[in-house]
Amino acid sequence: MPKQPNTAVLQIAGKTSGALIELDHVTKQYPNQPVAAVQDFSMTVQPGELIMFVGPSGCGKTTTMKIINRNTAPTSGSISIDGRDVLSLNPSELRRHIGYVIQQIGLFPHMTIAENIGVVPKLLNWSKEKTNDRVHELLTTVGLEPGDFAHRYPKQLSGGQQQRVGVARALAADPPVMLMDEPFGATDPITREKLQAEFLRLQASIGKTIIFVTHDFDEAVRLGDRIAVLSNRSQIEQFDTPANILTNPANEYVSSFIGLGTAIKRLVLIPVTEARLGPASAAAGGTTTIRTTDSLRDALDALVLTGLPALAVLDEQNRAVGSISVDQISAVLGTEVPVLAPTAEV
Amino acid sequence: MNLDLNGLLTFWARRWDDILELLGEHLTVVAVALALAMVIGVGVGMLVWDKPFPRSTVIAAAGVALTIPSLALLALLIPVVGLGWTPTVIALVMYSLLPIVRNTVVGLREVPPAIMESALGMGMTPFTVLLRVQLPMAWPIILTGVRVAAQLTIGVAAIAAYVAGPGLGQFIFQGLSSLGSKNALNFAVTGTLGVVILALVVDAAFVAITRSTTSRGLRA
Repeated sequence: MPKQPNTAVLQIAGKTSGALIELDHVTKQYPNQPVAAVQDFSMTVQPGELIMFVGPSGCGKTTTMKIINRNTAPTSGSISIDGRDVLSLNPSELRRHIGYVIQQIGLFPHMTIAENIGVVPKLLNWSKEKTNDRVHELLTTVGLEPGDFAHRYPKQLSGGQQQRVGVARALAADPPVMLMDEPFGATDPITREKLQAEFLRLQASIGKTIIFVTHDFDEAVRLGDRIAVLSNRSQIEQFDTPANILTNPANEYVSSFIGLGTAIKRLVLIPVTEARLGPASAAAGGTTTIRTTDSLRDALDALVLTGLPALAVLDEQNRAVGSISVDQISAVLGTEVPVLAPTAEV
Repeated sequence: MNLDLNGLLTFWARRWDDILELLGEHLTVVAVALALAMVIGVGVGMLVWDKPFPRSTVIAAAGVALTIPSLALLALLIPVVGLGWTPTVIALVMYSLLPIVRNTVVGLREVPPAIMESALGMGMTPFTVLLRVQLPMAWPIILTGVRVAAQLTIGVAAIAAYVAGPGLGQFIFQGLSSLGSKNALNFAVTGTLGVVILALVVDAAFVAITRSTTSRGLRA
């Protein structure tokens, strides 16, 4: 007989799009370690926010994340999801309502893709039809044809496909919160960029509250609504939007973590339309074109690649709306225009 | 003393029913012992796989059981449980435990940490993880242990005739005790050959069983 789940878990479960997460003075001290892994960590994450934890290996970012789903027990402090004290809930029941994706994916090799995605629905005693429908819906969402993939085994999929299944599996029971530990870390750069773009599009429609751990600052800039730059003992050096961190790093540590090329990194966040475009005629001759939905970094990339002085900018209907050159890109960075976060509403 | 092939064939023709019966007994006693050993061995393995001290103790104990000479073990069992099937089954179970427990423990422990982490992270209880993830993934390894145990016990079961146990050992012992008589060699050869053939057939059966009961996702 399954125990009747705690009502607080059901209240968390009832919410499918984004829950408020609060960590209050959370400390994790491992026995026989001179310093705490996480020391006095406090943070409030708004519903639907995509928060990036960035920091070097061993800084405690993963430990901090794992405290949220009770994978790691904090030594002191409190954690709440939508006002419910997480530490008072049954860990297994709680975790069924928190999506969990790790770098190694951890698909179960003896189960088919459909069975893998259906794990949490099965734990929640969903009916076969409901689970089946959900599996098909999710496979379609992550761009894998259900008829083709549902009955395959993990080893028959590429790394990128497996990672998509990992995300689908975490989304199975429509949890309000997702924890992602370097989910795209093991994929090649091209696949990673693709997965990141797909993931951003997905998040725009599902609006989960997501804690996303990475050591890749560029990934944090690309994906995050807000970035927490962490140093040893999971100390928050700066917690702000990507644009603000790039333009105003709080201290030396943050600057060194951002590394070189802040201007180019900022360009990722700025759409082409922010630039004062030149006349369409200036781009005459170039076959490479830029779209209004591209970022200024895409534009710069294309300019460097082609060596042309200016490239045509096309709108959604493929009409030339102007041209862009390096000067116009520099002008955007020079003037302190308010830069947009990558997930800003279009 | 030379083996007379014609004599052997005549012996087989005349004793065919006996041979079949002994083969059947041999197979039955091995199957019963393996089934019991599997329940005990896999169960014990599931209990101790993640606890270092009990784990080493159990494996060491099963290892010691294996070093007791089979003849001595059977003799020791006579005063306790008498003659016949009972001491045979007990001895065979004791010999089977080491490969089965050890392979169960190895199999359960070999599940990659990432898979354990994601299973627990998705909200499976440790018992669910054991049942739905570790056991199916360890299954081919556990079956390999059972297969080793099967080979071992088919051989040991031949000794069981010493305690009036069932199986082809009866022929072998009969042959040994009547050396010099007309059929002594025929008895011994038939018993031995039967054991060897049984071992080969059972081994082939295990290959088939492993294939059909292992998830397609785990096969190489």
